[in-house]
Amino acid sequence: MKKTFKLIDLDCANCAAKMENGIKKLDGVIDAKISFMTQKLTIEAEDESFDKIMKQAQKVCKKIEPDCVIDM
Amino acid sequence: MSKKQKKILLRIIISAVLLIGVYFIPLEGYLKLLLFLIPYAVIGWDILWRAVRNITHGQIFDENFLMSVATIGAFCIGEYPEAVFVMLFYQVGELFQSYAVGKSRKSIASLMDIRPDYANIEENGELKQVDPDEVKIGDTIIVKAGERIPLDGIVSEGTSMVNTSALTGESVPRKVTVNDDVISGCVNEEGVLKVQVTKEFGESTVAKILELVENSASKKAKAENFITKFAKYYTPCVVIGAVLLAIIPPLLFSGLWSEWINRALIFLVISCPCALVISVPMSFFGGIGGASKCGILVKGGNYLEALAKTEIVVFDKTGTLTKGVFNVTAVHPENCTESQLVEYAAMAENYSNHPIAKSIKEAYVKNIDQSRIKDTQEVSGKGVNAVIDGQNVSVGNDKLMESLGVNWHPCHKIGTTVHIAVNNVYAGHIVISDEVKKDSQQAIKNLKKEGVKKTVMLTGDSNAVGKAVGESLGLDEIHTELMPADKVNCVEKLINEKSEKGTLAFVGDGINDAPVLSRADIGIAMGAMGSDAAIEAADIVLMDDKPSKIPVAIRIAKGTLKIVKQNIAFALGVKAVVLVLGALGIANMWLAVFADVGVAVIAIINAMRALNTNKYLSN
Repeated sequence: MKKTFKLIDLDCANCAAKMENGIKKLDGVIDAKISFMTQKLTIEAEDESFDKIMKQAQKVCKKIEPDCVIDM
Repeated sequence: MSKKQKKILLRIIISAVLLIGVYFIPLEGYLKLLLFLIPYAVIGWDILWRAVRNITHGQIFDENFLMSVATIGAFCIGEYPEAVFVMLFYQVGELFQSYAVGKSRKSIASLMDIRPDYANIEENGELKQVDPDEVKIGDTIIVKAGERIPLDGIVSEGTSMVNTSALTGESVPRKVTVNDDVISGCVNEEGVLKVQVTKEFGESTVAKILELVENSASKKAKAENFITKFAKYYTPCVVIGAVLLAIIPPLLFSGLWSEWINRALIFLVISCPCALVISVPMSFFGGIGGASKCGILVKGGNYLEALAKTEIVVFDKTGTLTKGVFNVTAVHPENCTESQLVEYAAMAENYSNHPIAKSIKEAYVKNIDQSRIKDTQEVSGKGVNAVIDGQNVSVGNDKLMESLGVNWHPCHKIGTTVHIAVNNVYAGHIVISDEVKKDSQQAIKNLKKEGVKKTVMLTGDSNAVGKAVGESLGLDEIHTELMPADKVNCVEKLINEKSEKGTLAFVGDGINDAPVLSRADIGIAMGAMGSDAAIEAADIVLMDDKPSKIPVAIRIAKGTLKIVKQNIAFALGVKAVVLVLGALGIANMWLAVFADVGVAVIAIINAMRALNTNKYLSN
């Protein structure tokens, strides 16, 4: 499944790159892209564990930029 | 400005005023330190807090941490005003940066603001506004003057001018009337139009374009990936450099600790890679946004990069270099005037629906007075005989002329020739052919100007027609009578001819050439107005059918890449110079802050230039 989410309060471009790398490394994630300009996260992951992966992705973002929220 | 930005601005002002006030209070020692800590706390508390919080999350080398260490370090070696000022200037820069990014994001978004908010539906004689998503295929929607057409469809009632500029960049409005297709995203300028919907919103042109543009940011250019990778190593390297700089000289060469720590702090201030990481994707985003303003949709920064290196451009003929519709291209009368000849032909063909008959009637323009036509007789495979104003008019091919014993002659023009005889005397002929687009020749010329080495035309058409079109346009190579599979082979051969770094672009209309579009380095599709296949298969989509937009696209690509290179060189250059000067003890903290924040701001302003693509449109 491939889905796109809006990222709220993503302030730093370097952080966006770090988040992208972090999310890519999660189990079950096939591909992930974060566009700092459009403030969007595109994530492609296995269907069964999608919700779980999204929760982990949110944690990754929080860890790098504590104010940043994935709009789900 | 957002609320968040306003809050920071207020803190900046308070802290700046306090700093100036404190600066003039003549105190020494700990009291002085305490005084300077007040403006420092006002401006820097959140940075310090974030630094602490992020360390507990395992994020060590982030900018908050670096700024905290740098400023606390400055306090430790007694540079109180510098410490506060560095933090203050850092916040000013961050504010400016977030403001500039927000602004550019908005201006690009407004370019793509083609999403319709509602659709008007008639229910029990009353107009009702509904979400375009709710409208089904076959429903009739009503578009009033000044409204955006929300869904693709066919006009069932009304005549109007529609403005397609949001989609094509073309400012001249297009006339539409009953049975014409209209495309979502265009603006109805005059009358009321009733439109029968042919596609659901999710499948409509507007939805497709929005999706395409939004996804374009995820196809990253090589330069962008390089920068992200670079940033990953840059910060740790500079931090390690700072540590070495602080420890080694005082230990080995008996330098002053405070002096070398100061130099190390300068390193820390410039160790953030933000200027680079922001400015490169922003330039590409600006270039893509600017291109879409000109009616050129680019599916990703990587394609802009490839386009800037185009060496060979391969064109399909029909529908790409030519209009793909039949038109009267020559009228050669004998013993009568041009308009008379067209009038005879149009009247005789009045009852025929053949494409050739249609094109002749279109060329006549005026309404046909049917009372003047009598006894129309079709001669199958040859043409038509009719009595017009009491005269026997014969319109048809050479076989018809032969059978009537008329003394005819062939035309030097290439195309389908229609001969006309009046009372069995030759009156002349009309040539009908696929018309070359007005801007095709200019397009080929401009491509050469942009450094394209070779232009090639591929066509399934006959040798005579293909050669004539290709040579008149000045193409370097012409291949005719090709089957679709031959086109792929041709393109593959050409790909081998180009240099290692160069790229090959194929331009087609999206019909029958999807395999070639995907085989070429860059697939450019024409006439996206309504053709889904084109949007899917191509990397770049030209919203209007103009081949002259290809050199424009190349110019935009080159311009964008130039800005990207400038930004990389400028940011890296300034940082390198300040690093060296800092190590030598020549640069101070102020210069370091400029190298960090100032450079980021300048790079962002430079990146915004990529958005300004109007200058590329001229000639």
